[in-house]
Amino acid sequence: MSKLLARRARRPKAAAARLAAEILATAAAFAIVLFAAFGARAQTQLLNVSYDPTRELYRAVNAAFVAEWRKATGQTLTIRQSHGGSGAQARTVIDGLRADVVTLALSGDIDAIAERAKLLPADWQARLPHNSAPYTSTIVFLVRKGNPKGVRDWGDLARPGVSVITPNPKTSGGARWNYLAAWAWAERHFKDEAKVREYIGAVLRNTPVLDTGARGSTTTFAQRGIGDVFLSWENEAFLALAEFGADKFDIVAPSLSILAEPPVALVDANVDRNGTRKAAQAYLEFLYTPAAQALIAKHHYRPRLPQHAEAADLAKFPKIELVTIDQAFGGWAKAQPTHFGDGGTFDQLYKPGR
Amino acid sequence: MSEARPFRWREPSILPGFGLAFGVLAAGLSVLILIPLAALVLKAASAGPADIVAIATAPRTIAALRLSFGAAFVAALVNAVFGLLIAWVLVRYRFPGRRFVDAAVDLPFALPTAVAGIALTALWAGNGWLGSLAASFGVKVAYTPLGVMIALIFVGLPFVVRSVQPVLADAQRDVEEASALLGATRWRTVFCVILPNVLPALLTGFTLAFARAIGEYGSVIFIAGNVPMVSEIAPLLIVIRLEQFDYAGAAVVGVLMLAASLVLLLLINALQAWSRRRLGYV
Amino acid sequence: MSSASSLGATSRRAAARTPSALRESSLVSGTLIVLALGFLLLFLFLPLIAVFVEAFRRGFAAYFEAITEPDALAAMRLTLLIAAIAVPLNVVLGVAGAWAVARFEFRGKSVLVSLIDLPFSVSPVIAGLVYVLLFGAQGYFGPWLRANGVEIIFAVPGIVLATMFVTFPFVARELIPHMETLGSTDEEAALTLGASPWRTFFMVTLPNVKWSLLYGVLLCNARAMGEFGAVAVVSGRIRGVTTTMPLHVEILYNEYMGAAAFAVASLLALLALVTLAAKALLEWRYAEEIAATRHTS
Repeated sequence: MSKLLARRARRPKAAAARLAAEILATAAAFAIVLFAAFGARAQTQLLNVSYDPTRELYRAVNAAFVAEWRKATGQTLTIRQSHGGSGAQARTVIDGLRADVVTLALSGDIDAIAERAKLLPADWQARLPHNSAPYTSTIVFLVRKGNPKGVRDWGDLARPGVSVITPNPKTSGGARWNYLAAWAWAERHFKDEAKVREYIGAVLRNTPVLDTGARGSTTTFAQRGIGDVFLSWENEAFLALAEFGADKFDIVAPSLSILAEPPVALVDANVDRNGTRKAAQAYLEFLYTPAAQALIAKHHYRPRLPQHAEAADLAKFPKIELVTIDQAFGGWAKAQPTHFGDGGTFDQLYKPGR
Repeated sequence: MSEARPFRWREPSILPGFGLAFGVLAAGLSVLILIPLAALVLKAASAGPADIVAIATAPRTIAALRLSFGAAFVAALVNAVFGLLIAWVLVRYRFPGRRFVDAAVDLPFALPTAVAGIALTALWAGNGWLGSLAASFGVKVAYTPLGVMIALIFVGLPFVVRSVQPVLADAQRDVEEASALLGATRWRTVFCVILPNVLPALLTGFTLAFARAIGEYGSVIFIAGNVPMVSEIAPLLIVIRLEQFDYAGAAVVGVLMLAASLVLLLLINALQAWSRRRLGYV
Repeated sequence: MSSASSLGATSRRAAARTPSALRESSLVSGTLIVLALGFLLLFLFLPLIAVFVEAFRRGFAAYFEAITEPDALAAMRLTLLIAAIAVPLNVVLGVAGAWAVARFEFRGKSVLVSLIDLPFSVSPVIAGLVYVLLFGAQGYFGPWLRANGVEIIFAVPGIVLATMFVTFPFVARELIPHMETLGSTDEEAALTLGASPWRTFFMVTLPNVKWSLLYGVLLCNARAMGEFGAVAVVSGRIRGVTTTMPLHVEILYNEYMGAAAFAVASLLALLALVTLAAKALLEWRYAEEIAATRHTS
């Protein structure tokens, strides 16, 4: 017992000193880490919440705009990006992600932000030229090299044994364009609603996977080798050729497709809170400048002002007859609830599992 | 220091600090775990009984739960067999690098699941080292339920080894000696003396691996292919429901999984109590 | 472990006479060793090797570029920050929990222990989901938080909360069995000799359990830095701001930048290896002190 006490008696001072040193060291480490993490926050930041296939585009656009902004104002701007399925991204903004600007796949998703979270006015789409869409795109088919299943047009997608890859229309904007493009073709082809539904149902039965975003679907089709035809954004199809090799896939242009207008918008409530309205507004307007329009064409989007793009970039786009959402479906405000709302045509026609 | 007030439900002790320690723990548990889980249950309940039943019995929900539980069960079984084998080899045999291997068994605890996910995918994809090998036998691993199982075997591996190892190490060799002296063959000693002794620990390890595998997300989503009805796991279904604005749907699937974890947790505790009673230690 | 010393003289003779009755033939043991090592090679070592091979696929320059790119550096900073906040907080909670559970008898203790264990078996996705339901703009506290300008979800606090949820049990699970085995006689002696409660705690309890505490911190830290599922749900994936290293790996992977993804992943794998080495060192040097807790990790 006495030995134990002696040992205990000797220890406190040394132990206390060591403990103090350890606490000090930990506190110092804390301070350094905190400083490192928040020290960089002083400069102006913009957060652009976007959808899946725009990663490469905005990487280029952001670099150009940051240089432009520095020249104009002397400020160093940092532009942050977040990407995902368009619907999923809209949800994170509604859930509180403080986006300064949203650049999503379709206006319905930005409408949802205006409606559910009241972060921007309902007439947001009229605030910028061309329906607030500085670039457009369309839906094409990406097939395996040589097109072994002979997929030429929308009708082929319903054939038994053709496996179709598309993302989930509930979360992905691109998938909603896919769905409506198929619907528009079928309406013109069958001229009968019951037959259209039958056709869409047959196509959906041919889908083994519904990823949440276009990028996930690209990975499924290109990297994982699932499916015969991938209903893809035109720009994503070109990107897949560039990334995975033009010897692996072919692009097939269907007889008819849809004019996809991915819109951009300022999120008023967030820019006012963040004090970034001026920079955010300039950023969106920059998208309509010649420099940005050229970048847009280079990244396989169809520029609104093609006179600013290089001819070589424009030549690659196939000539397809494009219907607009307003012509064929009476606008997103009508198409969204009819087809993709709870109990809409998609819910009625999609029966996973055989 | 705040002196502990004498709680009626507590045995008296001369040690101080119960009030403070219990208070800190209770506050932490409430803020971090209990209130958030209560919100989950509340959200699920807000769907109304008819919707809850509809979500819970939707074919896609059932398929996802079946895959999560089924693959986790098979993976835990594989881990039980090989975990026992590895523990046995580590405890009973001497070979070069044994200590290194012993330390490495814990890798799945330390390696972030996303890293494990992309590494396993790179290995087992059709063009990977092991995937191309499997493909030559006509087996596809990545992007199929088999891939899910591989990922779950990886995350569950250490549980069985670490549960069984100490029991094997502490096992009374004299009992084995007695068995041998009484004329039992080695095989008989192994199956009738050693295995029953290890059984509670083996079951505990199995259940731990099973429980962990059911909820696993990071390592699975890369390799699973995420095909609804085929290779979509329940945690991914929660994420998808959430991304679709379907908070209640996500919460209902979440509550189903939570209930399963609670049952398993009780089972683990019961198993450990049983083995403690039986062997005097866990 | 010291099984040899327990062999009596008689049995040793018996064992010598009938070696096959006490151990397996070298053929059997050899087969078992090969089987076990083969399984480990397939499921453990090959994935680890694959990380490094893939990371250096495009050469050292590309590797270096991937890990020094600004978003990658920001991800590292964030990961360190999250661990630096979540781990110490969980140490406080874990030590308090261990003190309450291992030093006192009270009703409902087993329920409390089960609650501490709960995060082990809850899916990480649920750990993220619950905070979105609570603190998201559409969640129970969302409107109030927004009105008061507090950001939790899609910001550092949300990531810290989700990380703390999944790492909650680690420290307590290591300390409780060790403190139970030690018993409270040391503390009682110190108190009887007039030491203050805090002094007793810092001079007696902490030094006694320091190695198992360190062990718990090590595991807690590894998980905190590597957590993916829970963090993915609450992060919002703003590059350079709310992407931790595991999320950065996922983003790069989804952008077809496989080599870069594996480069960042290799840093996490290195972290795992360091953790394992430290863990092995602890187990090796302080075997008996943490033996009681070892398999519960």
